Amino acid sequence: MTPAEFFVLGASHHTTPLAVRERLALAAEAESALHAELAALPGVREIALLNTCNRVEFYAVAAEPGAAARVQAAFCARQRFDLAEFDRFRLKLTGRAAVQHLLAVAAGLDSQVVGETEIFGQVKEAYAAAQARRSAGPVLNRVFQKVFQSAKQLRTNTQIAVGQVSIAYVAVELALNVFGSLAAARVLLIGAGEMGEKTARAFRSRGVSALTVASRRLDRAMELATQLGATALPFEQAGSRLGDFDVVVCATAAPHTIVPVAAASAAIKRRPARPLLFIDLALPRDVDPAAAGLQNVFLFDLDDLAAIAEKNRRAREAEVARCRSLLDLRADLLWQQVEPRLAAGAGGASGLPPLGSGPEFVSGTTRPGG
Amino acid sequence: MFAFLTDRQWMWCAAGFYLAGALLGSLSLLRRGRPLGGVMYGLIAIGYVLQLAGLSERGRVDGECPLGNTFEMLQFIAWSAITLYLLIGVTFRSSFLGYFTASLTAALTLLSLAVSAWDPPRPTRLFGGNPWIEFHAALAVFSYGVFALLALTSLLFLLRHYSLKSKRLGGRFTFLPSIFELDLIGVRLLAVGVALLGGSLVVGSVYWLRDARDLTPANHLVTAALWIAYAVALGLRLRGRLLAKRFAWTCLALFAAALVSLGAVEGRRHPAPAPSAAARPAPARPIAAPGVVPS
Repeated sequence: MTPAEFFVLGASHHTTPLAVRERLALAAEAESALHAELAALPGVREIALLNTCNRVEFYAVAAEPGAAARVQAAFCARQRFDLAEFDRFRLKLTGRAAVQHLLAVAAGLDSQVVGETEIFGQVKEAYAAAQARRSAGPVLNRVFQKVFQSAKQLRTNTQIAVGQVSIAYVAVELALNVFGSLAAARVLLIGAGEMGEKTARAFRSRGVSALTVASRRLDRAMELATQLGATALPFEQAGSRLGDFDVVVCATAAPHTIVPVAAASAAIKRRPARPLLFIDLALPRDVDPAAAGLQNVFLFDLDDLAAIAEKNRRAREAEVARCRSLLDLRADLLWQQVEPRLAAGAGGASGLPPLGSGPEFVSGTTRPGG
Repeated sequence: MFAFLTDRQWMWCAAGFYLAGALLGSLSLLRRGRPLGGVMYGLIAIGYVLQLAGLSERGRVDGECPLGNTFEMLQFIAWSAITLYLLIGVTFRSSFLGYFTASLTAALTLLSLAVSAWDPPRPTRLFGGNPWIEFHAALAVFSYGVFALLALTSLLFLLRHYSLKSKRLGGRFTFLPSIFELDLIGVRLLAVGVALLGGSLVVGSVYWLRDARDLTPANHLVTAALWIAYAVALGLRLRGRLLAKRFAWTCLALFAAALVSLGAVEGRRHPAPAPSAAARPAPARPIAAPGVVPS
């Protein structure tokens, strides 16, 4: 009897252009329906679906050789995508290579921004969905749980996820270096352009609740403030109220300095024991560089942020080789555990229970990996 | 109670664990860019228990708090610093604080163990059987432990300040606590230290006001001067007059002064060569514990 096979099939940003990924992307309802359809295909014992903006991947256990082709055909039919064209872009790995790929994906090594952590949550959601739909069995349970453990260890023990690589998040990271927690930090955004908005959103995502927007155009400030759940401040008042804020993000298109050193000095005098952080994203600069010399004032301009982002990116890339070798070891260990399960499943007697039965298929009662 | 090892053997073991924590931290810092927080915390905690066993054994033999010579003082200061670290380290979540604490306590304990001249036979009933004097001395030396930890957080503050001002935030600076948190914890430690040392002075003064024969003015002067200096630093900080880098440097300088004063006061307590270990004469009157007010 042919042993069962663990495989991954799909398309990702590595091989597939954006225009094609748009056609392959699954909406939430379509994803749910496809998941049910694939789980019911003959020869598919277990299946999980990972659907993000950069990849659509199916992790499955096939009981017979044609199962992967059926999955591909069903997916292409649902997306009205040409099968032959999909062959040009598709990723298909089996056995240990598939395990290694999932490890790399969960650890963020396969992401467009290497080391990003959002993918880890997305893989967890994919597994949770498979559990909820009762399409995860002993093999996927073991693989995913072990992959989560390994990905966490990898992030903890290497520097792959250390340091932000986008300007907006570097600004947030700087604020964390100054204040530790941003929950109580008061942030003022001066300038309501795209860069300022992105940075404000990044601050929001890290727990800032007291956000104020000031712009020469008060209507624009109010509009953005409404979107961000912030308050608006007339531009004319911003200078005199600098001392009320912990972080001042300047992102105006003004052709001259809008925060002279005297204003920064007056601001810090109002709050001498509490640091004041200026993030100057404007070009030409909004904050007088001399403000950096003031006690308890920290100033970072666009060049500083770009340099930090670039340094972080290089540091992450330097870690990739080390992470890959660690992943190799993990993949070997995991594959040694999974392979006998696949073989046992093919035998039928002690192997995989039919889909939807047994305690391992009940969400929340799965055995912990180990 | 811990008869299978002598007090010094317990303390050697403790110093070994502190050293292991410091070495592991250094190794991890070099290889991974940050010290291993959890493992180091565990090593420090084991060292702490072993050191407590050693101090307890010595206290049992002497029949009082082990604060009778430089060796005991340094051991007690290290132990006090670790006590605080174990208490605040969990909430502070700084592997760097653990690393520096392990390094400092390893240095203090190993040095005190290595210099045998710092552990001469000390007089028994050093505090004359008066628990208030003993309490006064213990409180004072404990405050030195607090000031030691304050010096470490000040050092971390200066490193973080340097990293922010020079815009070098990657590598080993990545895992430093935020500058605001370091400042906050520094102020709190300073307040605790001033309160403890002040409390010690009050307790001591109450006793010596009744019986001034045991008063050693120089010791009291040094300790009182130190307390005033720390209290002034706290006052200036709270009034916003001593901030950021200057505050951190002041805390470091004051701790250096505290250590120097400890040696000076201890020197006054043991001006003559110590008698043999077997002798251990009991003084007729209580004498002050070194350093602090230990008058």
